[in-house]
Amino acid sequence: MTQTAAAVGTDGRTARAARVTTRRNPSQRRAARRQALIGWTFILPFAIVFAVFLIAPLVYAFYLSLFTKGLATGTQFSFFGNYVQAFTDPAFLKGLWFVIRFVVVLIPIQMAVSLAAALVLDAITTRFARFARLTIFLPYAVPAVIGALMWGFLYSPIFGPTEQLASLFGMSAPVLLGPDTVFGSLVNVVTWQWAGYYMIIIYAALQGVDSTIYEAARIDGANAWQLAFRIKVPMVANSLVLILVFALIGTLQFFSEPQILRPIANGSITPDFTPNIYAYSVAFSYAQFNYASAISFALGFVVFLCVFVFLFLTRKRGSVFA
Amino acid sequence: MTVVSSRVRPGVAARRSGARRPRNLVAHLFLGALIIYFLIPLWWLIVASSKDPVALFSGSGALWFSGGVDYLANLQDLFTYNGGIYLRWLANSVLYALAGGAGATVIAVLAGYGFAKFTFPGRNLMFAVVLGSVMVPLTALVIPTFIMFSDLHLTDTIWAVILPSLLSPFAVYLMRVYIADAVPSELLDAARVDGAGEFRTFVSVALPLLRPVIVTVLLLGVVACWNNYFLPLAMLSDSSLFPIPVGIGLWEGLAANNNGGGHSLWSLIIIGSLVSVIPLIIAFLSLQKYWQGGLSIGSLK
Repeated sequence: MTQTAAAVGTDGRTARAARVTTRRNPSQRRAARRQALIGWTFILPFAIVFAVFLIAPLVYAFYLSLFTKGLATGTQFSFFGNYVQAFTDPAFLKGLWFVIRFVVVLIPIQMAVSLAAALVLDAITTRFARFARLTIFLPYAVPAVIGALMWGFLYSPIFGPTEQLASLFGMSAPVLLGPDTVFGSLVNVVTWQWAGYYMIIIYAALQGVDSTIYEAARIDGANAWQLAFRIKVPMVANSLVLILVFALIGTLQFFSEPQILRPIANGSITPDFTPNIYAYSVAFSYAQFNYASAISFALGFVVFLCVFVFLFLTRKRGSVFA
Repeated sequence: MTVVSSRVRPGVAARRSGARRPRNLVAHLFLGALIIYFLIPLWWLIVASSKDPVALFSGSGALWFSGGVDYLANLQDLFTYNGGIYLRWLANSVLYALAGGAGATVIAVLAGYGFAKFTFPGRNLMFAVVLGSVMVPLTALVIPTFIMFSDLHLTDTIWAVILPSLLSPFAVYLMRVYIADAVPSELLDAARVDGAGEFRTFVSVALPLLRPVIVTVLLLGVVACWNNYFLPLAMLSDSSLFPIPVGIGLWEGLAANNNGGGHSLWSLIIIGSLVSVIPLIIAFLSLQKYWQGGLSIGSLK
């Protein structure tokens, strides 16, 4: 905090200085204008990309979503008709309900695994721990498609070890991608894929904590558990919030893993499994681009709202994006 | 960022005394369990890649080698199937990842520098908008961008994948936070007083100080492009433009419907998956010392 605060402080001071001088001196005013020009020049490439690939698609999607295209009627302005349809469409609501349930189950598990791993790795420094750190992080480098496929194979009674494991106990292999089990199987895939990345972020934050605090706590008689949960966890609360935001955004727009497991899941994963898969099906299987735009926009809005509410609720712990 | 590297680890002496050995044993067992869990799929992939289709379907020992271990035959099959289409996908993946990742990084360094080191009207508002946009789910933009590109007849070209990948508000945020700390304004002023122009000051004074964050952002950008599935899946229908994930997805769909035309696509999918994870794993292992510190930037208090 001190470093960032200091940086912001100097920035604020120069800004104030600039404002004071603009009122006084024409040459200084010219300097301020020059500074603004140079600043904008550095930002320009990003501003263009931002306008073309974020603002424009959003505006265009919103525009498209206000029309409906019928076979007989042609394209008609329908105002919020598509949104009314989306939020009463059982397929869209089912997908939305699925990702919300998924977030509620997945995020605590993922956080627990990554936080526990980070705390242990911060406490021991053996070569084995360094090896573990790399191994846990490794799945982040594996494309989501490949990760889902590998687990799909491991779940499969033909390719995977489930059949053998089950026969050891005299049972038949469980169907891990069936209608009842696909939820848990997907939780496992996503946890495997992302826990390492989150672990590294928490670990890096733990490494950045001033160690004199630990010494002080130890002198005061704190044991290892107290040190971990009363001192370390609050010290890295910021990165926990950051991770939660990432996980929330990523999970609500769930697409790749279920899409990849679909061909081998024997119908457990439907074309309306998640909102994004539904939008994809509506756009590319039925060519209803107006309605697909409305679904995308509605999903984006729901995600934005969830994250905003979450950040609002956690703001007391110190906002990440402050 | 000096805090990250210069921390003296506490309690090393206490740990050597042996009083804590039981706790360390539990901790090591926990880590061992995690290692097994996180390595199992990759281990399965390495083992399964060695098998021919017969051994693959025999159901004997999914987690151990059986039959002939023949990576070379499988690789040869992979690289020659359908006129070497996999090599094409590999080249496409490399192109998209490098162009998208490097482009996004250059744009983010410039913008981060502009935001961190210059004051001008509208800066704070613009940065607030950038931060807000971090919360916009990027996949919600895929279908709208597809419709926009298809009106411009840009779908089914490499640009349809590369150009949208240049957008990375989070990279700009990381850069700004890092630059505000790591590049002292006094140093920039000194260069200006010595007569260096703005661009020269940026290139020869600021850039050399930014190596860790540039490597981190570049790596994150390359990974994001390399792993991207939804965008190329939506944008491309010509299979010779596919990156690996979309190509493998195509094969998987065919294999699940037994449409391989007499060829067992499953073994191609498996060895193809193995080949596709190797480059990034090597990149991460060899660039460890950069990204491990760099990843904490966004959340350091």
